[in-house]
Amino acid sequence: MAEVLVYVDHVDGAVRKPTLELLTLARRIGEPVAVALGSGAENTAAALAEHGAVKVLTHDAAEYADYLVVPKVDALQAAYEAVSPAAVLVPSSAEGKEIAARLAVRIGSGIITDATDLEAGDEGPVATQSAFAASFTTKSRVAKGTPVITVKPNSAAVEAAPAAGAVEALAVAFSDKATGTKVTARTPRESTGRPELTEAAIVVSGGRGVNGAENFSIIENLADSLGAAVGASRAAVDAGWYPHTNQVGQTGKSVSPQLYIASGISGAIQHRAGMQTSKTIVAINKDAEAPIFDLVDYGVVGDLFDVVPQLTEEIKTRKG
Amino acid sequence: MSLRIVVTVKYVPDATGDRHFADDLTVDRDDVDGLLSELDEYAVEQALQIAEDADDAEITVLTVGPEDAKDALRKALSMGADKAIHVEDDDLHGTDAIGTSLVLAKAIEKAGFDLVVSGMASTDGTAGIVPALLAERLGVPQVTLLSEVSVEDGVVKGRRDGDSASEQLEASLPAVVSVTDQSGEARYPSFKGIMVAKKKPVQSWDLSDLDIEADEVGLGGSWTKVDSATERPARTAGTIVKDEGEGGKQLAEFLAGQKFI
Ligand SMILES: Cc1cc2nc3c(=O)[nH]c(=O)nc-3n(C[C@H](O)[C@H](O)[C@H](O)COP(=O)(O)OP(=O)(O)OC[C@H]3O[C@@H](n4cnc5c(N)ncnc54)[C@H](O)[C@@H]3O)c2cc1C
Ligand SMILES: Cc1cc2nc3c(=O)[nH]c(=O)nc-3n(C[C@H](O)[C@H](O)[C@H](O)COP(=O)(O)OP(=O)(O)OC[C@H]3O[C@@H](n4cnc5c(N)ncnc54)[C@H](O)[C@@H]3O)c2cc1C
Repeated sequence: MAEVLVYVDHVDGAVRKPTLELLTLARRIGEPVAVALGSGAENTAAALAEHGAVKVLTHDAAEYADYLVVPKVDALQAAYEAVSPAAVLVPSSAEGKEIAARLAVRIGSGIITDATDLEAGDEGPVATQSAFAASFTTKSRVAKGTPVITVKPNSAAVEAAPAAGAVEALAVAFSDKATGTKVTARTPRESTGRPELTEAAIVVSGGRGVNGAENFSIIENLADSLGAAVGASRAAVDAGWYPHTNQVGQTGKSVSPQLYIASGISGAIQHRAGMQTSKTIVAINKDAEAPIFDLVDYGVVGDLFDVVPQLTEEIKTRKG
Repeated sequence: MSLRIVVTVKYVPDATGDRHFADDLTVDRDDVDGLLSELDEYAVEQALQIAEDADDAEITVLTVGPEDAKDALRKALSMGADKAIHVEDDDLHGTDAIGTSLVLAKAIEKAGFDLVVSGMASTDGTAGIVPALLAERLGVPQVTLLSEVSVEDGVVKGRRDGDSASEQLEASLPAVVSVTDQSGEARYPSFKGIMVAKKKPVQSWDLSDLDIEADEVGLGGSWTKVDSATERPARTAGTIVKDEGEGGKQLAEFLAGQKFI
């Protein structure tokens, strides 16, 4: 069976969920061969094997942490040349897309970004994308070269499918461009203990209606009662009430959870672009005319300062 | 020595309009007004600030797009860019990201550059890959997705706020930079800026000017193929209740019914 390269997104060996989802999709079109780079790369093998990787190609070098993107492109290209895969799948993070794009030019291939689903087709893998703030769904494929496809988080269920997952060292010779962009300092983001926004099953978001940084605790309390991630509109982020990393929308994160709860958010097109594919959408807004109500499965017209705390209390009571 | 800055700007259908696809599955540009992609305004703004800090700099704005794309160039010129290049050719219709980056890279090389500044993503395709593709093709460092950028003594520095960390980056010119909408509000064109822009030079190049064959671009030469585009079915009207004291409890009841609690 044809091999499919899967680029592994991991933090010191802990594989992030979107990569496990990619392994599920990869198995629809071939045998997954994973590529894990950087510190802790070898520690990814067990999780990858459990989810279907027949092989895990690993390599660590200081370059991956010290320079931007290009060392990883060099390594993925080395893996591509070693394996001659039928397709290359990469998680659709900002960095993942850049790595995939540069690889595509190097190997003379087309690229599809932000796929939300993937199937085998007569003329190669067929990718589903959502366009124009998720108001259209398209099916596309790569017409030239080896398909390079980046896939959004939450695009497939994670399935266990134990495979050999034999670790092999990948031989990488860095190009002379690898050290072009130096990372001179790095400040890791502090963990909030809440689920990762793009991976969460439930997202609770607040907007301009929350009216102040101090009031975001209302949103956080609701999130915590549901084990949810916290999101924010750009208006709330621009006002400095919540960090930009939590922004949902076109220029923030795009989320596709089972449940999305928007409080004090009007539902501008750029916000909808990031949450419209959520399975169930709930909104709380005091303006009955707010466009967000066009999207909802359930909406409450009311003051969030009344509704949200009552909801949180009720959830806590029901959960006992 | 003058710092030559090229800003890539895309002409896109207005996101607040009723965007859809044409019969050949390319973006329908006739039914919805076009404009300079809002995220490229941030690129123009940062280029202007870099130029203001330099002893001597010249900003060229560059677009690949149909006739109307000149509007995007005019807007950028009225913000303060010095001159513009419009790559326009009927054979470009339907070009994908790999093809667009080929055309942009050839045009940038022909124009001459020390620094390329792009937006973080277009507001229609939203791929966010063209800047990295340009760096790859031009063989220069990429310093992308910056929320802060500066250039001094031939070195570009910036801050990239990623998912797991915030990074300080540094590269020697020539380089490709892309900036996010966190980099600082874009200025509005002044009346004077708009008047002056009308007199600024706009050059037009076609594929032959860039030594690109027609079959390397356009729908036919595309590296990707769109097979279908379907409108998402409108969501069935949801339940909407007015809070009369029990709104939170009613919502909890709904969530419990959906097994979220
Ligand atoms: C290029 C570009 C990119 C953008 N990217 C993004 C993006 O990624 N994400 C994003 O979110 N936006 C983005 N925007 C901004 C977007 O256009 C909107 O301005 C923004 O989403 C508005 O945020 P909001 O809904 O919180 O605020 P508003 O539109 O001001 O809405 C606030 C809502 O809160 C309600 N409200 C007020 N008080 C209460 C109360 N006490 N109880 C209940 N409801 C109340 C109001 O009725 C109103 O509907 C972008 C814009 C541009 C031009
Ligand atoms: C809904 C949709 C989905 C698409 N999916 C794909 C896909 O999966 N694969 C693919 O190959 N193509 C795809 N395309 C086509 C692609 O959008 C165009 O080829 C496009 O010009 C380049 O990609 P982008 O618009 O996503 O740009 P991005 O990579 O998001 O743009 C980043 C920056 O590049 C610069 N830039 C981009 N285009 C131009 C231009 N024409 N002129 C000047 N500067 C520019 C701007 O500075 C911009 O801010 C898609 C188009 C649409 C509308």
